[in-house]
Amino acid sequence: MDFIRSKDLKYEYVRYDDEKDTKEVIEALKGVDITVKKGEFVSILGHNGSGKSTFAKLVNGLNMLTGGTLYVKDLDASKEENIWDIRKSVGMVFQNPDNQIIATVVEEDVAFGPENIGMDPKDIVRNVDIALKAVSMEEFRKAAPAYLSGGQKQRVAIAGILAMKPECIILDEPTAMLDPLGRKEVMDTITRLNREEGITIVLITHYMEEAALSDRIIIINDGEIAGEGSPRDVFKNVEKMKGLHLDVPQITELSYLINKENENFPGDMLTIDEFVKKAQEIGFNEGFSYVKKENKERTETEPVLEVKNLTHIYGEETAFERVALKNVSLTINRGEFIGLIGHTGSGKSTLIQHLNALAKGNEGGVYFKGMDINADKSKLKEIRQKIGLVFQYPEHQIFESTIYDEVAFGPKNCGLEGEELDKRIKEALAFVGMGEEFYKKSPFDLSGGQKRRVAIASILAMKPEVLVLDEPMAGLDPYGRDEILGNIKKMHHELGITIILVSHSMEDIANIADRIIVMNKGSVAMFDTVDNVFARADELTDMGLNAPQMTLLFTRLKKLGLDVPANIYNVKEGAEIMISALRK
Amino acid sequence: MNLTIGQYYPCDSVIHRLDARTKIMATLIYIVAIFCAKGIVGYVLSAALLIAAIRLCKVPFKMMLGGLKSIIAIIIFTVVLNMFFIRTGNEIVNFGIIHITTDGIIVSVRLCIRLVMLILGSSVLTLVTSPIALTEGIESLLKPFKKIGVPAHEIAMMMSIALRFIPTLVDELDKIKKAQMARGADFDTGGLVAKAKSMIPLLVPLFISAFRRADELAMAMEARCYRGDVNRTKMKKLEYGRNDYITYGIVTGTTVLIILSRIFLGV
Repeated sequence: MDFIRSKDLKYEYVRYDDEKDTKEVIEALKGVDITVKKGEFVSILGHNGSGKSTFAKLVNGLNMLTGGTLYVKDLDASKEENIWDIRKSVGMVFQNPDNQIIATVVEEDVAFGPENIGMDPKDIVRNVDIALKAVSMEEFRKAAPAYLSGGQKQRVAIAGILAMKPECIILDEPTAMLDPLGRKEVMDTITRLNREEGITIVLITHYMEEAALSDRIIIINDGEIAGEGSPRDVFKNVEKMKGLHLDVPQITELSYLINKENENFPGDMLTIDEFVKKAQEIGFNEGFSYVKKENKERTETEPVLEVKNLTHIYGEETAFERVALKNVSLTINRGEFIGLIGHTGSGKSTLIQHLNALAKGNEGGVYFKGMDINADKSKLKEIRQKIGLVFQYPEHQIFESTIYDEVAFGPKNCGLEGEELDKRIKEALAFVGMGEEFYKKSPFDLSGGQKRRVAIASILAMKPEVLVLDEPMAGLDPYGRDEILGNIKKMHHELGITIILVSHSMEDIANIADRIIVMNKGSVAMFDTVDNVFARADELTDMGLNAPQMTLLFTRLKKLGLDVPANIYNVKEGAEIMISALRK
Repeated sequence: MNLTIGQYYPCDSVIHRLDARTKIMATLIYIVAIFCAKGIVGYVLSAALLIAAIRLCKVPFKMMLGGLKSIIAIIIFTVVLNMFFIRTGNEIVNFGIIHITTDGIIVSVRLCIRLVMLILGSSVLTLVTSPIALTEGIESLLKPFKKIGVPAHEIAMMMSIALRFIPTLVDELDKIKKAQMARGADFDTGGLVAKAKSMIPLLVPLFISAFRRADELAMAMEARCYRGDVNRTKMKKLEYGRNDYITYGIVTGTTVLIILSRIFLGV
């Protein structure tokens, strides 16, 4: 049975430009045919602005279609009177966990939906119970949502929908703002609901590994369907996917590259298990061995930033006392690229706020080129200029009316003016790929990725010697992620800035960092080269972290007796090895 | 970020377990009682009621004094003002423009006792009732006034959303502040104008974020079938128990006694 059925579905809206006094008709969906069967798990992929969220909102009656037909459970979604019935059977979970929880107690929030549809109080209590159990949050029923983790909040949001007894749940990038642990919690919940409870799932996501779990993938590009099929069929078209600014799982890309050279090996593998099994079937060339070329030793440079015995205790001597940092010591050298990893709550966010004196430890200190950064209050501004810090979601601090002024804020605060100021602004904007045509534009009219580049430029214009970036790629689509990552690499190579990058993407860190700091429970668990850190993959797993996909694969192959190194991070390198290792 | 709204002190006591409506109404009646008390009988009765409530609710007395501390200046100010401006009765001090009379002292002492009891009484309410229960209580108590156009449900909904988002926005403000400080912003030095100006980089992002949150929240609420107070049920229905009736009885009884003592005894 078709649960959702759309034919030639269109959605247009008018955008007014107050300044130019013009209006423009935007076609968000240009006639799409989508069917979702009852009990199916469908993923929708597409870059930001492709129209995939629009589709979700149309199904839920949050927007009304402007053309074509859309039936949800045989109810015409273009008719106002059907909306409440549709919303009862199709629940929706949104991206930001904070902005969909309305009550101050978990169970009250879960009860909100059932209360709205006038459910009998006795049934509400029962359904809230069942829903909280289904997302494994029953022990938090009396907790305040504000103090839950992102993953827990999203599970509460899902429970809030479940309590209404829906037949289908649409999730609009539910994991975009979560850490890997939270993402896993949410994805496990979704897949279980689909398999065990038979709930139809429509998942909008930017994570290809998540889409790989679904029955079917639909790709929307510029308001039109650009592809459809099983994850295997969709992902094997690696070139096409990249052309649409999308990604494919690394294992698929690897098998695709192998398949180009060795037709025996299928080009559509999705998981490591599958890959290893296939590789064993085909067999390896006798006596194959591969030794990784040693990376050329970096020339030793002098320390630029030192952390010595830093301890930070929140709410000391109160009931809420919590040790955030415990005796942390680090030395970072000039020109290094440092990756900083650790699960949420490991102390990494607290640590980076100490690096430019935004927070001050209870014990120990931070030294910039040998000078205690907290020693002289009058030099704080100078310290913050030399050690730039880009916060998570930096676009949320934008406040000026033009991009030019926004970028000017930092350097102006540092006392720059006149030609030098102008030069700095223009250089910084050019660096993130924004030319003159952007100067007088409002930063609020930009896309999410562009806004973030403006925010980064505003730090860059202060000419920092050390730049700390807190998850600069979070919440962006694959294209946006690549752009920001490209900018960061360029800052390191061309401007020689020492970089400290906080990221949850082990793949990114493994490929660009020189050394990695692993934070766990407020302490430095490891601080070593990329190879040495990822060689301890088991310990990382215990800390709620992971090794890059390629490393996990090659560790497996190594255990099977193939003479390959485990420290492979890059798909291209992995493919080269496998092409010569596998029998033709 | 730990932030207690009001000053709810969670623990299990007879008073904590009372229906929120009982606690709100009892506090209101008690306030009436305090202002009706005139003589010694009235003051003793209302003090007894307050002491009983304080002992029963198991909240450390220190926490209640916390509520007093913040308004001690106002109490002193009112008392002093009364002392100086009441000119009837026997004069005790006559020094230049300062005249203090017996009447003045009596009125001031009474006022002081009343204010202290008033503050203690209402801090008992907020200490023993969680904000969400308070909200529900207010909604339920306002329901009868819906007919004359009081939007009881909407008021309660706004209050509970505000309570829900205060910690979130406080966190957000802290983040924005730090982010702007990382861009060299200075919030501590400079004159009044400079300080006011330095608030712009804080407030603009905060408001934008609040509006974005409001927009998304509204959508999420609609998606969960919210359409105001239409055909709504409640998971937890407020129900009066035996203790609630007893509380109503005691508080109302004491108040009546206070009023009677004022009318018939004049004390």
